Amino acid sequence: MTDGKNCAACGKEFCKGLWRENPILVQVLGMCPTLAVTTKALFGFSMGMATLFVLVSSSLVISSIRKLIPPQVRIATFTVIIATFVTCADYFLKANFYTISKELGPYVPLIVVNCIILGRQEAFAYKNNVLESLTDAVGMGLGFSIVLVILGSIRELLGFGTIFYYEIFGKGFERWVIMALPAGAFITLGFLVGFFNWINKRVKA
Amino acid sequence: MRNAIKMISVLTIVGLISGAALVLVYSYANPLIEKNKKNEMKKAIFRIFPDGKSYTGETVDEVDVFRVKNAEDTFIGYAFLAEGNGYQGVIEMMAGISPDMETVVGLEILDSQETPGLGGEIATDKFTSQFKALKAAPEIAYVKNVKPARPNEIQAITGATISSRAVVTILNETIKKIKGKLK
Repeated sequence: MTDGKNCAACGKEFCKGLWRENPILVQVLGMCPTLAVTTKALFGFSMGMATLFVLVSSSLVISSIRKLIPPQVRIATFTVIIATFVTCADYFLKANFYTISKELGPYVPLIVVNCIILGRQEAFAYKNNVLESLTDAVGMGLGFSIVLVILGSIRELLGFGTIFYYEIFGKGFERWVIMALPAGAFITLGFLVGFFNWINKRVKA
Repeated sequence: MRNAIKMISVLTIVGLISGAALVLVYSYANPLIEKNKKNEMKKAIFRIFPDGKSYTGETVDEVDVFRVKNAEDTFIGYAFLAEGNGYQGVIEMMAGISPDMETVVGLEILDSQETPGLGGEIATDKFTSQFKALKAAPEIAYVKNVKPARPNEIQAITGATISSRAVVTILNETIKKIKGKLK
């Protein structure tokens, strides 16, 4: 394979996570953190970054030792590796960003069971080389984070009148409490997926 | 057979390396986490007792109690950690009480999972400031939709009576627990 070809392939792997195979909007994976932690933009961002870290690190490790892992125990091996990185991320947040880690609560340790991560290992990292797995993981992780931030921004704006704690609507704003509640997460996500599909249709037409 | 050995050895090695990595991360993170927790408590204690300068901790009947002293080294009150069930999860708070256990000095909500915008308001100053100089004897009570008339009453948050009542109940129970057991 020539260098130019390699590069083009990587670009494709990277972009598919952002748009064509976006983990939330298209694959609809990892709904639990998506709905639960996006009450504010900052929490969505932190969750996205933690997931990105776990996804990239485990993809790197798994794709580099993939030929050593016997297929019968691959899921068990993936789980051990993912759980290790999740615990690292959890400790790191607790040690350096204590208030954020408190707000995210059990959802950081729960990244272990986020199907985006195990899904990418099984569908991609186990079958492709390190460079391709890395770009795939970064693309998927960023695609996930961006949607979380958008979701969090919309809910924070309507539920609290702020984005990233920056006041947008001013003091007189009547807060839509529903947007900060679970129902607001479902409503916003529904509209976001609908909007995404609408754009996709128009682009294709 | 060969395959079985390979499976076992790969899983064992991955497990060992992961374990070793976690030990390293833990030894780096744990002191910082402990420090964060201590800092949070310290901040809460000194927000309740703005004159406080130092404190010593002890455990009475499973409740963590802190004796707070001011700059002149005089004992100005107790701070204690209280927790119990709220509307959606455990509410954790730090409260201050006068040395005679008759008057609440202040209240800080450390952690709660109450509904944002409704029960979540228990963590705001508007609610917690009601506990400043509140009479805790015979016990704290709450009223709904009217201004509190007696010195031992607070006004519950509209639409969040359960959360407000939970705070009052947790406080009353914890005070009862430690009352008379401190010298």
